[in-house]
Amino acid sequence: MTTARVAAILLAKELRLEFRTRELLNATIVFALVVVVLFSFSFDPTSAESRRLGPGLLWIAFLFSGSLMLHPSFAREQANQTLDALRMAPISSFAVLLGKMLANFLFLSAAEVVLVPVFAVLYNVSLTAVLGRLTLVIVLGTLGLSITGTVFSAIAAHARMRELLLPLLLLPILAPLLIAAVEATASLLAVEPTLERAWLAFLAGFDIVFLTASWVLSDFLLEE
Amino acid sequence: MKARMLITIFAVGLVFFAGYAALFIAPDERTMHEIQRIFYFHLGCWTAMFTSLVIAFVANVGWLVKRKPHWDWLGVSSIEVGVVCCTAGLITGMLWGKPAWGIWWTWDARLTTCFILWLLYVSYLLLRGLIEEPARRATLSAVFGIFAFLDAPLVYASNRLWRTQHPAPVLFGGPNSGLDPTMVKVLMISMAAMVVVTGIVLLDRYRLERLRHELDELRVACEARVVQSGSVPSRAFRS
Repeated sequence: MTTARVAAILLAKELRLEFRTRELLNATIVFALVVVVLFSFSFDPTSAESRRLGPGLLWIAFLFSGSLMLHPSFAREQANQTLDALRMAPISSFAVLLGKMLANFLFLSAAEVVLVPVFAVLYNVSLTAVLGRLTLVIVLGTLGLSITGTVFSAIAAHARMRELLLPLLLLPILAPLLIAAVEATASLLAVEPTLERAWLAFLAGFDIVFLTASWVLSDFLLEE
Repeated sequence: MKARMLITIFAVGLVFFAGYAALFIAPDERTMHEIQRIFYFHLGCWTAMFTSLVIAFVANVGWLVKRKPHWDWLGVSSIEVGVVCCTAGLITGMLWGKPAWGIWWTWDARLTTCFILWLLYVSYLLLRGLIEEPARRATLSAVFGIFAFLDAPLVYASNRLWRTQHPAPVLFGGPNSGLDPTMVKVLMISMAAMVVVTGIVLLDRYRLERLRHELDELRVACEARVVQSGSVPSRAFRS
């Protein structure tokens, strides 16, 4: 079977698993909303300040909820010992990783689809004019988050205190992604929205570098 | 043993000479005067850090490809030593920054990059502490080490891009802009001294890791023997 086909089957499995309970998605969305609400208490921003601080808030909410949500990706397989089954199956390890990356990307995107409009309403920021470009930035950023997050979820799954360890490993690696995504979003939320090509290229570069690295290293990540 | 003694004596001599050169031979800097003399030690720390992190990257790849335990020992030793150098570099930088710029810290591209590197490699060490099984610990931490190494240039590039769009709070003139020739010589000596000292510490740390591994193996062998002979294992073997 080709890698793409295996990844598609695993993606379908992840989605089926999630939509039976929806526990991961619900928890993530509520968590992200809590971050957004707490932020308004702690800074009490005016409309102009929301424009300035909003992009950072949005991405911090994405990153934090992502680093929590990505943990079950491999931990769930381990608890049920299905990871061994995946290892024994005659499929490439990268296909397993890719299927999970896509699933995590879709889960995170679903949470963001809820979070972004809520953010726009609560902080009085109009997004309609820049929606297309904003979507592009969010997609590239979320891809980077799910690629590195899935890999680190596989690493953390074998460690003690893994719930704590995953954000600890993931967040420093994501520092460049955070800078690029926040800057790109900030220029879109400005009074005169612009989008720097450099930041888009940077985000795409981040995704490509780490996707390639996880492709090269995938066999080591899943070996017994 | 004799070679090690000689190297250590050489390193001690080199460090003393570098210290003397930095304090007394190097010319006075025009605006910062005596404060600037920390520069020789500060840059030495960074050179040593980059050297050990490159060694760590090679060791991480080496373990994944060759699966010989000495690559793993080298990997953890060099990252530990690299973190120490990074800490020293950050602290000397702050000590220098306070009198020279008037602030301890600024989110300049270089400073931010080094701080994030520090965080990344500290979490590498944390990760190692949390995985029990030696082979798995070696593999997973090697993968993480490679990711961290790949991230370093991205961190720097993103901060560079970010800071060119905003005016930086302090001007950071490049250290190589118009450096006095004597200063360059002193700088080379102190960088060499730091790298040699770091190399010696690294070798010692490597030996410690090897001994630890040998001790574990001996312990396992002892336990096996005791089980075979059927007697109750004494406490000394088990602790």
